[in-house]
Amino acid sequence: MDYQFPSLPYAFNALEPHIDAQTMEIHYTKHHKTYFDKFVAAIKETESNGKSLEEIFANVSKLPMAVRNHGGGLFNHTMFWESMSPNGGGAPAGQLADAINAKYGSFEDFKTKFNDAAANRFGSGWAWLSVKADNSLCVCSSANQDNPLMDTSDCPATPILGLDVWEHAYYLKFQNRRPEYISAFWNVVNWSVIEARYNSIVK
Amino acid sequence: MKKILVYFIVLMAIPFALKAQQEPFHKFAPLPYAYDALEPYIDKMTMEIHYDKHHRAYYNNFMAAMKGTELEKTPMLSIFANISTQPVAIRNNAGGYWNHEMFWNCMKPNGGGTPSGKLGDAITSTFGSFDNFKKQFAEAGVKRFGSGWVWLVVGKDGKLFISSTPNQDNPLMNIAEQPGTPVFCLDVWEHAYYLKYQNKRGDYINAWWNVVNWDFAQKLYAEALEKK
Repeated sequence: MDYQFPSLPYAFNALEPHIDAQTMEIHYTKHHKTYFDKFVAAIKETESNGKSLEEIFANVSKLPMAVRNHGGGLFNHTMFWESMSPNGGGAPAGQLADAINAKYGSFEDFKTKFNDAAANRFGSGWAWLSVKADNSLCVCSSANQDNPLMDTSDCPATPILGLDVWEHAYYLKFQNRRPEYISAFWNVVNWSVIEARYNSIVK
Repeated sequence: MKKILVYFIVLMAIPFALKAQQEPFHKFAPLPYAYDALEPYIDKMTMEIHYDKHHRAYYNNFMAAMKGTELEKTPMLSIFANISTQPVAIRNNAGGYWNHEMFWNCMKPNGGGTPSGKLGDAITSTFGSFDNFKKQFAEAGVKRFGSGWVWLVVGKDGKLFISSTPNQDNPLMNIAEQPGTPVFCLDVWEHAYYLKYQNKRGDYINAWWNVVNWDFAQKLYAEALEKK
């Protein structure tokens, strides 16, 4: 397969005022694009060229660091854009809502757990809501551009919601105030997409 | 009258004596220059947030994490030499506290140029030329993936080398891949440059050479050699 740089599913300013247009533009056209370009260059040098990102992550420990870093950066950001919407926010419904309530007690308790994971990730990284092999939910965080699909992960699972907590994701608008960025993020989460991911895994 | 004067002086001195007693062993040092002193290379807003928010938060978190432990009176170098035995909150925040203080001193208004003296000679002999050193140091900065630091370090053998560390680690920590005594450092966390340079870390590093304080690096280099 040829690797494609995905289009952003909305305008740069679509998530205002929660995520500002300048951040979105630089994040997508510079950071994400650079991960894509560097991943394509790095994977070409390996026998895994053409494989899906999921297959690559399952063996990423045996591949060059550039594949792990930039492949992660490519996948994580694509998933991140799709997880947000100008009409987002609110709370999940259906099976996912039931699973969240069963596991965390309530949606608010889940949010607190996810917020802690995102706020406590030291340095650059991501916070995740994922589905484990036994179909149970888990919240964790990963360093840099790692993700729970990688065979290097200490919380292996299939992510359904990821939040970028690299400083580049929020510094222009929120500077050192990462918790404010995390709070703002909940206003743009596209729960119907997250629910569809969940349903397709546990079906 | 004389007696009253003595009482008065003693009374006046009490708050100062108390303050001295309360002064912590680990101090949050003032920034050695104004926030706008490194313009246009490092902008005022970045300096202010970097010092007053990030650096101060590391300091406060470090103080909170070690409260009531013997670390409150332990020199930083000893803490780093045994950092593997400490909780990760100590490692992260002690590193963030110490690294930033060193970083402020590695810069000054009207800085830049080239190092002279023994450090200049050592850089030339180790890296071939000052330009080669700059190239390798900048490359280490651009290549550090995620958050971290670049260091010019004196190794156990007294020789110079360049290394980079993730997050707030440093070469003094006993968990460092390349341990040694740092004499010069560069912060490559995005918060160090994002407001002015955004994704262009390379531009930040290029600009940074204009404000480096070689006198300070020179001093640390001489001290590091003396300890050998």
